[in-house]
Amino acid sequence: MAHGKPIATTRSATGIPTGKLAVWWVIASEIVIFGGLLVSYLLLRVRYWDEWGEAAAHTNVWCGLINTIVLLTSSLFIVLAHHAAEHNDTKKAFRYIWYTIAGGAIFLCVKGWEWNNEISHGYTITANTFWSFYYVACGLHGLHVIGGMVIMGIISFQARAGKELHRVELIGIYWHFVDVVWIFLFPLMYLANQ
Amino acid sequence: MIDQFIVSISTYGGDIDGLFRLITYVVAPFFIATEVVLFYFVFRFRHKPGVKAQYITGTKKEEKKWINIPHMLILICDVFLVIGAIKVWYNIKQRLPEAPGDQIEVIGQQWAWTFVHAGKDGALGTWDDITTVNELHVRPGVEYIYHLKSTDVLHCFSVPVFRLKQDAVPGRVIKGWFEVKEDFDFKDINGNHKQVFDVQCAEMCGLGHGVMAARMTVHTPEEYEAWVDENTPEKPADDKAVVSVD
Amino acid sequence: MSEHTDNGHHEETFLSKYVFSTDHKMIAMQYMFTGMIMAIIGGYFAYVFRMQLAHPGEIVPFFGTVGPGQYNALVTNHGTIMIFWVAMPVLIAAFGNFLIPLMIGCDDMVFPRINRLSYQIFLISAIVLIASFFVQGGGFSGAWTAYPPLSSQAKYSLTPLGSTLWITAVALEFVAFLLGGINFITTVMNSRAPGMKMFDIPIVIWMIVIASILFMLSVGPLIAGAVMLLFDQTVGTAFYDPTRGGDPILWQHLFWFFGHPEVYVVLLPAVGAVVEVICVFSRKKLFAYKIVLYTTFATGILSFFVWAHHQFIAGIDPRMANVFTVTTLLISVPIAEMCFVIIATLYGGSIRLKTPMLFALAFMAEFLIGGVTGIYLGASGSDIYLHDTYFVLAHFHYTFFPIAIIGVFTGIYYWYPKMFGRMMNEFLGKLHFWGTIISFNCIFIPLFFLGLAGQHRRIYNYNNFPDLSGEHLQDTRVFATRALLVLLLFQIPFIINFFMSMKFGKVAGKNPWKANTLEWVADSPAPHGNFEEMPEVYRGPYEYSVPGREDDHWPQNEPG
Repeated sequence: MAHGKPIATTRSATGIPTGKLAVWWVIASEIVIFGGLLVSYLLLRVRYWDEWGEAAAHTNVWCGLINTIVLLTSSLFIVLAHHAAEHNDTKKAFRYIWYTIAGGAIFLCVKGWEWNNEISHGYTITANTFWSFYYVACGLHGLHVIGGMVIMGIISFQARAGKELHRVELIGIYWHFVDVVWIFLFPLMYLANQ
Repeated sequence: MIDQFIVSISTYGGDIDGLFRLITYVVAPFFIATEVVLFYFVFRFRHKPGVKAQYITGTKKEEKKWINIPHMLILICDVFLVIGAIKVWYNIKQRLPEAPGDQIEVIGQQWAWTFVHAGKDGALGTWDDITTVNELHVRPGVEYIYHLKSTDVLHCFSVPVFRLKQDAVPGRVIKGWFEVKEDFDFKDINGNHKQVFDVQCAEMCGLGHGVMAARMTVHTPEEYEAWVDENTPEKPADDKAVVSVD
Repeated sequence: MSEHTDNGHHEETFLSKYVFSTDHKMIAMQYMFTGMIMAIIGGYFAYVFRMQLAHPGEIVPFFGTVGPGQYNALVTNHGTIMIFWVAMPVLIAAFGNFLIPLMIGCDDMVFPRINRLSYQIFLISAIVLIASFFVQGGGFSGAWTAYPPLSSQAKYSLTPLGSTLWITAVALEFVAFLLGGINFITTVMNSRAPGMKMFDIPIVIWMIVIASILFMLSVGPLIAGAVMLLFDQTVGTAFYDPTRGGDPILWQHLFWFFGHPEVYVVLLPAVGAVVEVICVFSRKKLFAYKIVLYTTFATGILSFFVWAHHQFIAGIDPRMANVFTVTTLLISVPIAEMCFVIIATLYGGSIRLKTPMLFALAFMAEFLIGGVTGIYLGASGSDIYLHDTYFVLAHFHYTFFPIAIIGVFTGIYYWYPKMFGRMMNEFLGKLHFWGTIISFNCIFIPLFFLGLAGQHRRIYNYNNFPDLSGEHLQDTRVFATRALLVLLLFQIPFIINFFMSMKFGKVAGKNPWKANTLEWVADSPAPHGNFEEMPEVYRGPYEYSVPGREDDHWPQNEPG
C-alpha cells in the first residue's frame, strides 16, 4: 500500500505544524485524565486526612526525590537531542535520545525496587485507599514513561537516518508532560504526609 | 396536573405539583409558539415555481431582534422558575422540622425495606421500637423525620404519594422529613377509599430491584394507636439480659 | 498554486481496500456499518424488554422468557449501545471521517494510520461488549450509569465477568474516540483549502470539531474513574467502597462530569447535519452563522457546570443542588437561541420537502419537546418527584432519538449520493419518515404520563407494585410497545432503500442537491484522493439565493 502522504499533511492554515497540534491534543487529553485521578485523590485525601497521612508516611521520599532528579535530567537530554536535530547532527540526536531513554529506565528501576520494598512490607494496592491511589496513579504514570521510551526508541532510529527530525521535538514535548505529571505526583503522594 | 394521575397526600406534595404547574404555564407559551412558527414557516415558504428565496444574513438589527427578544424573555422566565424551584427544594431538602412528632429509620438492602418505627416514646433506639419489613405505618398531621440507610448498594426511598425521593447511600445516614396532610381524606384520584400506598426503590440495586416494593399504610390516629399497641414488643424486665437476634 | 492528488496506480486487494484502508471515506463506512449493526442489536434489546413490559412473564418471540436479571441487562446494554456504539460512531466518527476532508477541501485526514487504528480499537471495543453478553453470569446489568457499589462488587451485581468486560469495552471506546479526535481537530485546523477562513467553515464541521473537544475535555476524569472501577472489580481496591474508605458518590461525579457534556457531544453533530440540510433545502443563507457558533460555544462551556442535576437526590449536599438548578436552567437559553436561529433560517425560504429536509424539520419539532421537558427535571424541586420515573426516560428519548436516529437519517439521506453515487428512492424515504416519526411519538408521549403517575424506571414487572398495576396503566404500556413494533417495521423500507439504491438508484452526479459546500465538487462517489484538483475557497458556505445571481446557489469554490 504505497500511498504518498496526503496533501492534507502539507498544509498549515494556522501556521503551527500539524504534528505539534496533535501532540498538544494528546497532552490535553492526558491532562484531563490525570487531573481527574488527582482531583479524586485530593477530595478523598482531605476527607481522610489523618488516616491517609499515616499511610503516606511510609512512602520512600528518597526514592521519590531521586526519581524526580532523574526525570528532570532526562528532560534536559531530550532538549539537547532536539537542539542537535535542529542542527541536523543526527548522530548526536540519536545519542541524546538514548540518554533520555536511559533516564526513563533508571526511573523505572528505582520504582521497581521501591514498590518491591513497599509490597514486601505489606503496603499493597488493597492495604488502604491511599495505597490504591498511589499504585494506580504512579502505575499509570509509569505506563506513560514506558510508552514514551518505546516511541523515543523508534524516533531515535528515524532521526539517525535523517528522517522525520521534527519528531524529536514532538516526543520531547510529550516527555516534558510526563515529567510535569511526576512533579505533581511527588508532592501529593510523597510529601503531603504531615 | 400530577395530581390528576396520582393523589398527593403530603404537606409539601402540593408544592411540587404547584412547581410543575408553574413550569408548564411559563414554558408552554414558548413551546407552542415555537412549534407553530416552525410549522407555519414550512407551510408558508414552500417552494413555488418562479419565486426565489430571500437573502437574509441575520446580522441586521431588525432581523436579530426576532432572536434577541425571545432570548431575553426566556432569561426573565428562568428567574421565576429558579426562584420557584429553590423555594420548593429548600423546604423539603434543606430543612428539618425542629420539633418532629415522630421518627422512622428506613433501611434499604438487597432487596427489601426495613422500617423501625419509634414507638410510643417517639425515640429511636429504645425497647418500644417497632420493626417491620416492607411495611410502613404512619398517621396524618405528624412531622416525621426519617433516617435513611443502606446496608449494601445504593437504593432510593421513594414514596410517590408524598412526591418524595431520597437515595440511600451505604456508609451514610441521610435525614429528611415528611408529613401526611392533616386533612387527608383517604381517597385516591377516583374518589375511592385508599389508605395503603406503594413505597418504591428508585435506584437500580441489582437483580431484585423490581421486587423491592413496600407498602405504606396511612392510619387514622385511632387506627395508628391500635396498631402501635398491638405491635409494641414486650418490655424487657430489668433483671433479664436481653439477647438480640438479628 | 493547484495541488494534484497522487492518483498512482496501486494494486488494491479486498483486504487493503475494505479492511485495512487508511482512506477516511472507507473508515467512515466502517464506523457507519458497525454503528448500524449495533443499532440493530440495541433496538432488538428494546423490543425484548418492551415485550416483557407489555406481556409480563410471557415468552417473547425470538428471545424466550425474560427474567429480572436479564431485564436489567437488556436495559443496561440498550442504553450503553445506543450512546457509545450507535450515536457516537455514526454522528461523530462516520460523518466526521467522511465529511471533514471533503468539506474543507483536502484529500484525507492528516494522520490516516492513526485514523485506521482508532477504528480498529473501536471494533475491538464492540466485540468486547458483545462478548460480555455470553459470559457466565451474563452481561452487566447495573444500568448504563453503573453506580457502585453495585457495579464494583460481584457479590452485589452477580455478574463478575460481565461487569468487567462492560467497563473494559467502554474504556476502549473512549480511547478510540480520543484517537479519532486527533485527526478531526488537527485536520480542520490546518488542512483547510486555501481561502477557507474560520467563518467559511460549514457548521457541521464546526460542530464535529467542538464535539470532539468537548468529548476530550470531559472524558478524562471518567477514564480515571473507569480505571478505578476496574481495579475495584478485579483487584479488590476500595475506591468506591464506603466500608473501606472509599466513596460511591465519587463515581457519580466522575461519571456525570462526563455524562452531561456527552449529551452535547452527540447533539452538536446532529444539529450540524440539520443545519446543512435546512439551508440547502430552503435555498437560504443560514440566519446569523456567528450566533449559531457563539451559542454552541456557550452551550459547550456551560455543559461543564450542570452535571449534578443528575444527582439532586443522590446524597450530595442539598445546598449544591441550588447551584446546579441555576446553571441547568441557564443552559436552556443558548440552546433555545440556537433553535430559534435555525427556525428563522426557514423564513423567506423556498422549501423543498425532500426526505432529508423532512427529517431535519422533524428533528427541530421533536427535539423541542425534549428540551422543554428537561426544564421540569432541571428544576430541583420538581425533580424530587420526577427522578427515576418514566418522565425522565421520555425526556431523554425526545432528545436522544432526534439526535441518534432522526439526525442520523437526515445525514444519511442527504449525503448518500456522495457516499454511493446514487440517489435514494424518495417514496420509500417518505414512507420511512412518516412511519418512523408517527410511531416514535406514539411510543414516548404515553411514557410521560406513566412517569407522572409514578412509574419508576428499570422495573421488569409492574405487577409487583399494586399502585402501578392498574389496567389503564398496563394498557398504556401495551400501546407503547405496539408502537415500537410499528417503528421497527418501518425501518424495513429504509434498509431496502439503502441497499437497493446502491445498485439501482438514479445516478447522482456531482451535486444533485445544488449545494455550495466543497464535498459536492468531488465526484459521486468521491474517489480516493477526493478531488482531481484541490479546490480553493472564495466565500462562506451558505450563499444561497444571492440577489442578482441567476443561480440560487454559489459554490464556495467558484471564483468571482
